[in-house]
Amino acid sequence: MFLKQETIEKSAVLLIALTLVTVAVGGAVEIIPLFTVETTIERVHGVRPYTPLEQMGRNIYVREGCYLCHSQQIRALRDEVERYGHYSLAAESMYDHPFQWGSERKGPDLARIGGKYSNDWHYAHLKNPPSLVPETLMPSYQFLAEHKLDYSRVADHLSTLRIVGVPYTDEDIAVAVQDLETQANAEADQTALLKRYPKAVAVNAKPGQITELDALVAYLQVLGTMVDFADASQEQLKQ
Amino acid sequence: MADIAADDFAILPVGRINARPLAIDYNEAIVRKSVIACVFWGLVAFTVGVYLALELTFPVLNFGLEFLNFGRLRPVHTSAAIFAFGGSALIGSAFHVVQRTCRTRLFGDTALADFVFWGYQFFIVMAALSYVMGFSKSREYAEPEWHIDLWLTIVWVAFAVIFIGTLLKRTEPHIYVANWFYVAFILTIAILHIGNNLGVPVSFFGAKSYSLFSGPQDALIQWWYGHNAVGFFLTAGFLGMMYYFIPKAANRPVYSYRLSVVHFWSLIFIYVWAGPHHLHYTALPDWTQTLGMAFSIMLWMPSWGGMINGLMTLSGAWDKLRTDPGLRFSVTAVAFYGMSTFEGPVMSVREVNALSHYTDWTIGHVHSGALGWVAFIVFGMLYYLVPVIWHRSKIYSVRLISWHYWIATLGIVLYITSMWVAGIMQGLMWRSYDAHGFLQYSFVETVQALHPLFLIRTLGGVCFLFGAILMAYNFWMTVHDKSTEPTGA
Repeated sequence: MFLKQETIEKSAVLLIALTLVTVAVGGAVEIIPLFTVETTIERVHGVRPYTPLEQMGRNIYVREGCYLCHSQQIRALRDEVERYGHYSLAAESMYDHPFQWGSERKGPDLARIGGKYSNDWHYAHLKNPPSLVPETLMPSYQFLAEHKLDYSRVADHLSTLRIVGVPYTDEDIAVAVQDLETQANAEADQTALLKRYPKAVAVNAKPGQITELDALVAYLQVLGTMVDFADASQEQLKQ
Repeated sequence: MADIAADDFAILPVGRINARPLAIDYNEAIVRKSVIACVFWGLVAFTVGVYLALELTFPVLNFGLEFLNFGRLRPVHTSAAIFAFGGSALIGSAFHVVQRTCRTRLFGDTALADFVFWGYQFFIVMAALSYVMGFSKSREYAEPEWHIDLWLTIVWVAFAVIFIGTLLKRTEPHIYVANWFYVAFILTIAILHIGNNLGVPVSFFGAKSYSLFSGPQDALIQWWYGHNAVGFFLTAGFLGMMYYFIPKAANRPVYSYRLSVVHFWSLIFIYVWAGPHHLHYTALPDWTQTLGMAFSIMLWMPSWGGMINGLMTLSGAWDKLRTDPGLRFSVTAVAFYGMSTFEGPVMSVREVNALSHYTDWTIGHVHSGALGWVAFIVFGMLYYLVPVIWHRSKIYSVRLISWHYWIATLGIVLYITSMWVAGIMQGLMWRSYDAHGFLQYSFVETVQALHPLFLIRTLGGVCFLFGAILMAYNFWMTVHDKSTEPTGA
C-alpha cells in the first residue's frame, strides 16, 4: 500500500479527509441515481397533489406520529396484496413530503385505506377505537374532534410544497381556502373541486367548525385510491 | 501506536489513581457533567420505554390524553435513549478520551466545552417537549422540527471543532485508535443530520416544514440516515469507547493493531451502503435493495472484527471478570454487539426480511443492540469512570454492580426472546392460509396473540430500569460516602 496507516494516524487532516471520502461513496452511489434514473417512478395516471383539506389532514397524521404503528407501503408479497390490495407504486407517494411508508405495523397498513370504510366509521373509530374493534391497541383521538383546524395559512402550505416540487398551480393556491371549505361541507357543490382534484371525498364538518378530525378523515379517504389499476398496463406498473 | 498503548495503559489501578499527580490539568468537570446527564437521561429513557410497553399491553393507559398517546411518546423514548442517554455518554467519553490520549487539554477551553454540553442538553429538552406538544417531522429518529435541527447543527459543529482542535494540538505523535472512531462518528453524523433534514419551512415563525424530498427518494435518504445513525452514532462512537475503556479496565493493550486498522476502514466504508435493507419489497427500485442487502451481509465481517478485537483484549486477564463486575458489563456488551451484528445481516436478506419486516422482531433486534451493546458498554464505562473523575478510591458497592448486571441481563433476555417469538409469530400469522386458500387471520387476531408476549417484554423493561436505579444509587454513594474517600488524601 502506498498510503500507510502509520502516516494517516499521524495527521489529523489526512485522517479526516480520508474518513469523509470513505463514508461519502456508498450514499452517493445509491442516492444520486434515484434522482436521475427515469424508471425510479413509473408513469401511471391518476396521481395528483393532495387537496388543501387532505394536505392539512396529512399534517395531522404526520404530527401525531401515526407512522409509528401504521405503514403506508404494501409490499409485493402475495399475502399483503390479498390483505391490503395492489402493491404500492413509487408514483403513489411522489407528492408525499415526507414519505410515510413506516417501519412497523402495530396496526394494519393504510396505503389503500381510502374508500374501504365510510366516513362515519372513521369518525367513530378515531374517537373511540375499541367501540368498533374491541381488541385494538389504538388510543383515542377524540381530542382531534375538539381542536378547530387552523387553515389560515393553507395557501402558504401549498406554496411551500410547490417549492419542494408539488405541481400546484397559481389558481390552486389562490382558491385553497375556498377548496378546503368546499370539501369540508358535503352539501356544497363539489364540481370545481373535483375537476382540480379528482376522487376527493367530501366530509361533513359542522358549518364554520372544521376540526382536525375532519381533515384527517378526508386524507384517509383518498389514500391509495388515486391510481385506477384497471387502466394501467403491466408495462407501466413494472418497477 | 505501540508506545502510546504501552505508556497509556501502564496507568495505576483505580484504587490508587490519586497517588499519581496529573501532569496535565485535564477538563474533568465537563466529563462529570456528561456522566450525570447520561445517568439521568438513561433513567428517563428506560422509564418512558416501560410506560410505552405498558400502553401496548394495556391500551387504556393512553388515557385519551394527547400528550400521553403512543404516537407522541414513542419519539420521546427513542430520542431519550439514543440522543440523550447515548449522546451524553458519547460526548462525555469523547472529551475524556481525546484529552488523555492526546495528552492535552480540550481545544477551546472550558467555555466551548460548556457550550456544547448545555447546548446539547437544551436540544434534548426542546425536542422532547416538542414531541409531546405535537410537533414532529415524522422522520424516524429525526423527528425534531427545523428550528431544533438548526440549533443541533450549531452545537454539533462546535463539538467537532473541539474534538478536531484537540487532535491538532496533541502532544502525542500518533492518533489513538479510539479517536479514529470518534472522528468518524462526529463527521458522519454531521453529514447525515444535514442531508436527511433538508426541508423548507412554511413560515419563519412557524414550526412546520416540508421535506425537500418525497416518495422513494425521501425513503432512501431517511434510511441512509436511519441506518447510519445506528452505524455511526450507536456503533462507531461506542466502539471508540470500547477501544479506550476495555484496555483501561483490563489493564491490557488492544489485542491487534492490524485488525483495528482493517475493521475501522472497512466498517465505515460498508456501513453507509446498508440503508436500503429497511425497504425490501417496497417501491424502492430493486437494484438499490439488492445493493443494500449485499453490503449488509458484507458488514458482518468488519463488525466481528471489532468484536474479536474487544474480546481478545481480555487475553490473559479473563480472571478479572470474576472480581470486576464493571468489566463484565463491557465484555457482555461486546458479546451482544457480536450477536446483533450477526442478526442484522440475517434480517437484511430479502427472504428473511419478508417475514421479519413490520413485526416486533425488528424491535427485539434494536433492543439487543440498544440494551445489550450500547447501554452495557456505557454501564461498563461508567463503573470505571465515576471513581476516576470524582477522585474516589473505588465504587461504593461491588455487590450492587453485580446485582445490576444480573438483573439487567435477565431483563434483556426477557425482552429479546419475547420479541423474537412475537415477531416471528405475527409474521407467520400474516401470511398463513386456511384450507380454502383464504388468509387465515384477520389483522386484529394477530395483534391479540401478542398480548402475553408484550407482558413479558414489559417485565424485561422493568428489570432493566430497576438495574439502572441500583446503578444511580451506587454512583450517588460513591461520590458522597466516606468509605470511598481516596486513601492518603
